Amino acid sequence: MARVGDTRTEASTAGVQDTAVVGPGQEGGDDAARAIDPAVAERLVLQLRSICGEEHVVTHPHQLRTYESDGLLQYKVSPSAVVLPADGDQVRRVVRACWEAGVPWVARGAGSGLSGGALPVADGVLIALSRLRRVIEVDLDNQRVVVEPGVTNSAVSDAVGPTHFFPPDPSSQIVCSIGGNVAENAGGAHCFKYGFTTNYVTGLTVILPDGELVELGGKEMDRPGYDLLGAFVGSEGTLGVAIEITLRVIPVPEHVQTMAAFFATTEEAARAVSGIVADGVVPAAIEMMDQLAIEASEQAAHAGFPTGAGAALIVELDGSAAECEARFDGVVRVCEAEGATEVRIAGDEAERATFWRARKAAFAAMGRIANHYYVQDGVIPRTKLPEVLRRIYELGDEYGMRVANVFHAGDGNLHPLVCFDTAEEAERAEELSGRIVEACVEAGGSITGEHGVGFDKKRHMPAMFGEPDLAAFQRLRCAFDPDGLANPGKVMPTPRLCGEVPGLYREHPLERDGLAERF
Amino acid sequence: MVPAVSSPRREAPAAQAEVADLLATCAREGCRARVAGGATKLGWGHPLPDPDLELSTRALDRIVEHNEGDFTAVLEAGVPLARARAAFAASGQMLALDPPLGDGAAATVGGVVASGDSGPLRHRYGGPRDLVLGVTMALPDGTLARAGGRVIKNVAGYDLAKLNTGAFGTLGAIVQVAVRLHPLPQGTCTAVVRSADPEALAPVSAALAHAQLELQSLDARWGGGGGTVLARGGGAAARQQAEAAARVAEERGLAAELVEEDDQLWDDQRRAQSSADGVLVRVSGVQAQLEAVWRASEAAGARSVATRVAAGVSYVCVDDGEGAAAAVEHLRRALAPSPCVVLDAPAAVREAVDPWGVPEGAELQLMRRLKAQFDPAGACNRGLYVGGI
Repeated sequence: MARVGDTRTEASTAGVQDTAVVGPGQEGGDDAARAIDPAVAERLVLQLRSICGEEHVVTHPHQLRTYESDGLLQYKVSPSAVVLPADGDQVRRVVRACWEAGVPWVARGAGSGLSGGALPVADGVLIALSRLRRVIEVDLDNQRVVVEPGVTNSAVSDAVGPTHFFPPDPSSQIVCSIGGNVAENAGGAHCFKYGFTTNYVTGLTVILPDGELVELGGKEMDRPGYDLLGAFVGSEGTLGVAIEITLRVIPVPEHVQTMAAFFATTEEAARAVSGIVADGVVPAAIEMMDQLAIEASEQAAHAGFPTGAGAALIVELDGSAAECEARFDGVVRVCEAEGATEVRIAGDEAERATFWRARKAAFAAMGRIANHYYVQDGVIPRTKLPEVLRRIYELGDEYGMRVANVFHAGDGNLHPLVCFDTAEEAERAEELSGRIVEACVEAGGSITGEHGVGFDKKRHMPAMFGEPDLAAFQRLRCAFDPDGLANPGKVMPTPRLCGEVPGLYREHPLERDGLAERF
Repeated sequence: MVPAVSSPRREAPAAQAEVADLLATCAREGCRARVAGGATKLGWGHPLPDPDLELSTRALDRIVEHNEGDFTAVLEAGVPLARARAAFAASGQMLALDPPLGDGAAATVGGVVASGDSGPLRHRYGGPRDLVLGVTMALPDGTLARAGGRVIKNVAGYDLAKLNTGAFGTLGAIVQVAVRLHPLPQGTCTAVVRSADPEALAPVSAALAHAQLELQSLDARWGGGGGTVLARGGGAAARQQAEAAARVAEERGLAAELVEEDDQLWDDQRRAQSSADGVLVRVSGVQAQLEAVWRASEAAGARSVATRVAAGVSYVCVDDGEGAAAAVEHLRRALAPSPCVVLDAPAAVREAVDPWGVPEGAELQLMRRLKAQFDPAGACNRGLYVGGI
């Protein structure tokens, strides 16, 4: 569960103590910490300095605090050192030095992730990739672009524009890095039609946790052999670190048409979403905001949305002008048939931008409603939207807390924001948030649609996956990282070691009785 | 189990857990299992001796869920793809996988996913890796392991669905998949551009790949001294899209014909990516390489080349016979570093040249480590895959 922190302050004040809300068993990445011989750690720092230069290795405790959280501010762990390599070869040498010293490391791009996925490991090294910002090659003839991991998501599209673009567009796209997008398999508002980062990565140059460089894929698709790209994208930095990323980019759509429809209830809006899709339309985006989200957003974005409305839908069609025009009236009709009180059609780019400003302002604007919030990232089958939303509001009533919903309705990817005002309420808010995740899994969904498991949601993994599933995940991890050095303590609910090549799985009697878990 | 001399033990379990049990027994006893669905691709990969255990998924043939409103489905591996597509079409929906279906249209959902095979629809919808939401694997440790889910957006856990897509069952047997469905396009219309001049035709195909058209499929075909580019519109504005594609060709000096009853054209394209009597080579290239692929194929004496233009993937069909292995080697030399994989070919050809052609190196080493993790005893299709995995 992502607590985006104190809504009254800027992210740069991440260290402010009153934002620190730590629940039971969540003291940070400590379960992955291991005792490192101080002499070894000291030697490693000297090595890192000789690789990257004195000024690019941070060890002073005050400076380290800047790095102790990622975009999820409630977890804080200070690494033993932060290193800022200048290029891929320095990354390789840094990773190799860590391997030789037996020291774990965490790679971080912009640090804007919302699952604690780039939370440092105590006694470990944080490898910050922010200096790897080169666009290496723009190959529009083949619709590819090759970039370093620190390039921002927006800069990728800028590099191939105005004719082409890179579709995944997380809300943080101005700051988030493409390396982070690869690690998290980032999505965004337009992935209902266009898919996710994993659908666009054709090649990666990866440094494995033992410092070996391996080229996965290239510019070509359908290469022979295991789809190691598919395994690596979304592996949350636990299999290695990508130093070069080859992406497929596509022509920008000829035409975009956007509308905002307002409803009395979220149930009506949810039925409209299903109706639009059932008609055979694949909109580029279908976003929903509920009453509380509209109210908050209006205070910040002033888009002129009716604050009395129970729900707003933003629907965007793009593609060929002929196809959009053929479809658009049908979308309007579905909204009206489901009881839309008002439908606004963006007449120009400025109006379209206003609709999106309202949507994108909703998160930040929650500060006007409450002092703090937790945000979840659960996914449900789209047809379950009405009943799960009802369940979320019931849970909110039960806990006496307000829950705002602003989310990717086409994908069924919810982002419920549990609002609270005082530190005393934090624990209950977190509990409520956890129950919402459970409701998503019970409805046949997932604990996370785009934020990743990271540190924050790993305790929910057993709700989705059983022991044989987790054991299979571990086999993949061990093939890449047998020593457990790459971002340990993330994704998997309990720490596990890679043994020798595993033999046949046998259930231990304690396991069968639910008294122990297999490590 | 003593390795069988001539007749492998044959099993076709109706329960998923039984597949895992059989693989575990096989692993324990050091035997080699061959996992097969419709058995339409036995001519792919390294030639192997008969397996000890022939494990068929044909009795795992349930369409477990079709969630119409969610445009998702859960299918057991042995469901014939043709049957699944027909079932979804009845609701105006489609599983956007249209590879060749083999003899008797027997190709199964599990087999298509395990081989990563695709057809012309991949232009718009991607291949199996892009459509599979979740997977259940029978592993040779005797467990059934699930990854992914049943929703169209999900990043929880590792993507073992992609890892096993195209893995030819060498990490375990796919017993069930969850897939994303799409609306069945209401109508289609294809613009057909013909030319005997590769220097005129290739730029038209490139322009179409870069046009703002959102075509359903964009293919090229070359053979017998001439070629075709096929641009298919699908959906509410199919004809307008084909007309727009025709204009792109006309602007570059080539006329286009519009065909509304266009299924036959696309069946032909699919047929060109399999061969009952020839040798089929899949070239994983890039868009701008199209003309080079045509020239290399002509020099290698190929019968025909079918290409997914935007994906840059070509299927080159070469006559079987003494020159077949040399033709494959010629393609590999001429088109390096683009991988050229021998798909459908008689065993003799696959013995004469490595059908996969994946060089030794860090990537192959990593694949071997994966195999060792998932199938240490080598029970699953041992020896079939890249590098003899």
